[in-house]
Amino acid sequence: MKENRWRLPLRFGVLGYLALLVVLPVGTVFYRAFQHGLGAAWHAFTAPDALHALWLTLLVAAIAVPLNTVFGVGVSIILARHRFPGAWLLDAFVDIPLALSPVVIGLALILVYGHTGWLGNWLAARGITVIFSVPGIVMASAAVSLPYVVREVLPVLQEIGTEQEQAARTLGARPFTVFRRITLPNIRRGLAYGVTLTTARVLGEFGAVAIVSGAIAGKTQTLTLFISNSIDNLDPQSAYVGAVALCLSALIVLLFLTMTDRNREAWHGKAAA
Amino acid sequence: MTNLDATVADLGLGPPSRDPAPAERGPGRGRSRRYSLVAPSSALAHAGVFGKKAAGPALAVTYLSLLVLLPVAALITNAFSGGWHTFWAAVTQPEAVAALELTLIAALIVAIINSIAGLAIAFVLVRDDFKGKSVVSALIDLPFALPTIVAGLTLLALYGANSPFHLDLAGTRLGIGAALLFVTLPFCVRSVQPVLAELDAEIEDAASSLGATRRQVLRRILLPSVLPAVLAGAGLAFARAVGEFGSVVLISGNIPFKTEVASSWIFSLSQSDALPAASAVSIVLVLISLLVLLGIGWARRRFDVPDTV
Amino acid sequence: MQTRSPHPSTPGARSGPSRRALGRGLGLAALAAAPLGLLAVPTAAGAQTGGSVNLVAYSTPKPAYTTLGADFAKTNSGAGVTVAGSFGPSGTQATSVVDGLPADVVNFSLEPDMAKLVKAGLVSSTWDKSATKGIVTDSIVSFIVRPGNPKHITSWADLVKPGVGVITPNVFSSGSAKWNIMAAYGAELALGKTSAQAQTYLSQLLHNSVAQPSSASAALQTFLSGQGDVLLDYEDDALYAKSKGEALDIVTPPQTILIENPIAVTKTAGPSAKAFVTYLLSPAGQKVWGQQGYRPVLQSVAKQFHFPQPKTLFTIDHLGGWTAVNTKFFDPQTGIVAHVEQSLGVSTASG
Repeated sequence: MKENRWRLPLRFGVLGYLALLVVLPVGTVFYRAFQHGLGAAWHAFTAPDALHALWLTLLVAAIAVPLNTVFGVGVSIILARHRFPGAWLLDAFVDIPLALSPVVIGLALILVYGHTGWLGNWLAARGITVIFSVPGIVMASAAVSLPYVVREVLPVLQEIGTEQEQAARTLGARPFTVFRRITLPNIRRGLAYGVTLTTARVLGEFGAVAIVSGAIAGKTQTLTLFISNSIDNLDPQSAYVGAVALCLSALIVLLFLTMTDRNREAWHGKAAA
Repeated sequence: MTNLDATVADLGLGPPSRDPAPAERGPGRGRSRRYSLVAPSSALAHAGVFGKKAAGPALAVTYLSLLVLLPVAALITNAFSGGWHTFWAAVTQPEAVAALELTLIAALIVAIINSIAGLAIAFVLVRDDFKGKSVVSALIDLPFALPTIVAGLTLLALYGANSPFHLDLAGTRLGIGAALLFVTLPFCVRSVQPVLAELDAEIEDAASSLGATRRQVLRRILLPSVLPAVLAGAGLAFARAVGEFGSVVLISGNIPFKTEVASSWIFSLSQSDALPAASAVSIVLVLISLLVLLGIGWARRRFDVPDTV
Repeated sequence: MQTRSPHPSTPGARSGPSRRALGRGLGLAALAAAPLGLLAVPTAAGAQTGGSVNLVAYSTPKPAYTTLGADFAKTNSGAGVTVAGSFGPSGTQATSVVDGLPADVVNFSLEPDMAKLVKAGLVSSTWDKSATKGIVTDSIVSFIVRPGNPKHITSWADLVKPGVGVITPNVFSSGSAKWNIMAAYGAELALGKTSAQAQTYLSQLLHNSVAQPSSASAALQTFLSGQGDVLLDYEDDALYAKSKGEALDIVTPPQTILIENPIAVTKTAGPSAKAFVTYLLSPAGQKVWGQQGYRPVLQSVAKQFHFPQPKTLFTIDHLGGWTAVNTKFFDPQTGIVAHVEQSLGVSTASG
């Protein structure tokens, strides 16, 4: 359906851009991970510190991502379906983590939850340590990835309008049924991508987590911190193997969420003419 | 089946009633715009999932406060802990100004470039077909999952002094641009792709068959439809670029006044026990980024033209 | 579209929404509370038994501590003790400990970071009254150059020649960078220059910098990626890189500063921690340090190694001590280096 003379140049231009900008760097990572053979890579991957880092990262993702998903869908519904003074403010607040450097987010969290911080003081007196332990990492990861689900779901909710939901309501459906049968299917694509973004962000987060975790090897060292540590110790093998593990985790999530037949259409449209 | 029929059938309630369905909504257009046009009270009563009005929003706000609002408030307090004078001194320090300038301009340029590139890529992914297309599509998200230090290291290896392409971008602003392009690409592509996919090609075909040239179709039908999505992607890309540290700092060389980005300067300040100054510069950075995001959001709404068909 | 009355028409449905909402609310609350459940998981502090030592150190000695920890466990006093290490930039680590990072033994790159802990009441103010003045290892600032030293860099004067690319970390984010700058400054003084001339030298040195990465390890990575001609770094870091097969040569400057890395136990530390530090300062421990490329502080052990001896070796005390130097040189707003960067930057900012 595109005029033939634009199709090929555009395709090759795009592929060239992607090759330089994405394929090469990512390919290099994979190449360097397996440069010395599968055995060496496996050896690096199964080192105790590496495995613990992987486990911790997945655990953090398993908590932070659902939290942000529920929050994201909830806020999107609130913003799209209700009108109240200050709605724009809530929208802006949700966007704040986007505009904050991860380093700043980490610092800000410590200002509040560190031992000398606003809440940290109070918590420490009761023996609860948030920073430098897993809860702190979860918080930092959740904070940096907060906006993505909202960002993907809210526009969809705004676009599709309320007719279907209102129709269902007037026909007697309860709110949760409306949500489950009408809203959810409609936002599925946006939600899927929002969750993917959130997951990828949590998996790859470094700056904020570096600051709030203390990076105790074998205890609070996430995979990104492990990678950074490996680079510092001139152990690139471990670093790149870790990076491959992260990429694969993200890919798995992406595949799981979007590569069903139904959703294939979401990305690639109806059969290209 | 109209939308209403589908709804009713979906719920398994009653026979479908022939409701004169709203004129077909066209490519992804809803009847209601930004915030519901229903009056507040009935909107709250139709409160979707959160029947008890207060529970949901209260939880959401608490979550938001714990994770974002409180820390930001602490940041603001910390920034002004030395008084307005110290705040101003930190913000107007030449090195800070240089870093802020560099960061904002670089982010803007990168957002623009990747918006165009993202649109082109999305176009190819949606409208074109070739072997290995799904592989390419899956790859696009990987820069996002790659930890920034690894990205930085790899970019340095590929485009630094020992680059296999004899392309030494290390220590240059171009290097910063390359790193930022790398990490922001997924946003620009993925914001546009679903919208493009959903666009009804029939309208374009109809226009063509009515005599519109390719260029007219592009300009009058395609672009206006995707422009909001492109702007959304640009906004995300800009915000990410502004805060980016790990992937940029290696290839940029981090030279003060030349290639030092704002997040790096903020990090330096925090390491030098100048936390209030770090907070101050962060606040300014956030404010400016938020302003740009708000501006983009406004532009999106403005370009979201109602149906004319 | 006509809106009907907002009340659902089916009887009994009125309690439906509130029940559902309550259910969802509880579900949300449970999800939100889940992380708190993780607090039950023993954190480093919670799992503290006599057999575990929390070590917080700067980033460079991590490989050394792997060996040291293992060797310590083989000794009598260290039997069954595990050393859990946290490594990172020296300044960050110090701040983290103040913010609550569990620590029994702390080992930093430079003394001001220890001072932070003393100020916060976490380390006794008599930490530096030991036989070694609280120092566990020494090193020096060295030049790292390409194999074969193609640009023949042998002195500080060579660093400011045109066409020589210098890499040194950013002084505001890296402790290593501060050692580098003071080494340069002190070297000039040792050569008989006035302090004004020495400051001019610093300006020329920074003018020649092609990169100022945020940390020492980032600086090493930058150098190894092919950028620059000379890297200023700790000698022990350079030796470690060389032992890992990296392509570099080490040049010992004729004048340089003695890097002294402080160590201490925190006030809350148990006997295992004290035993560990004793081991680190013992001949056995110091020998391991020496093998890892650090200059032992114990003279008897130092003699066994053949570290290059610069003609002039000075300490930070010769230059006024860290407290004074930190403020005078490295305050990010008023320090000398900040002024130098600014005047350099203003003239090149347009470029």
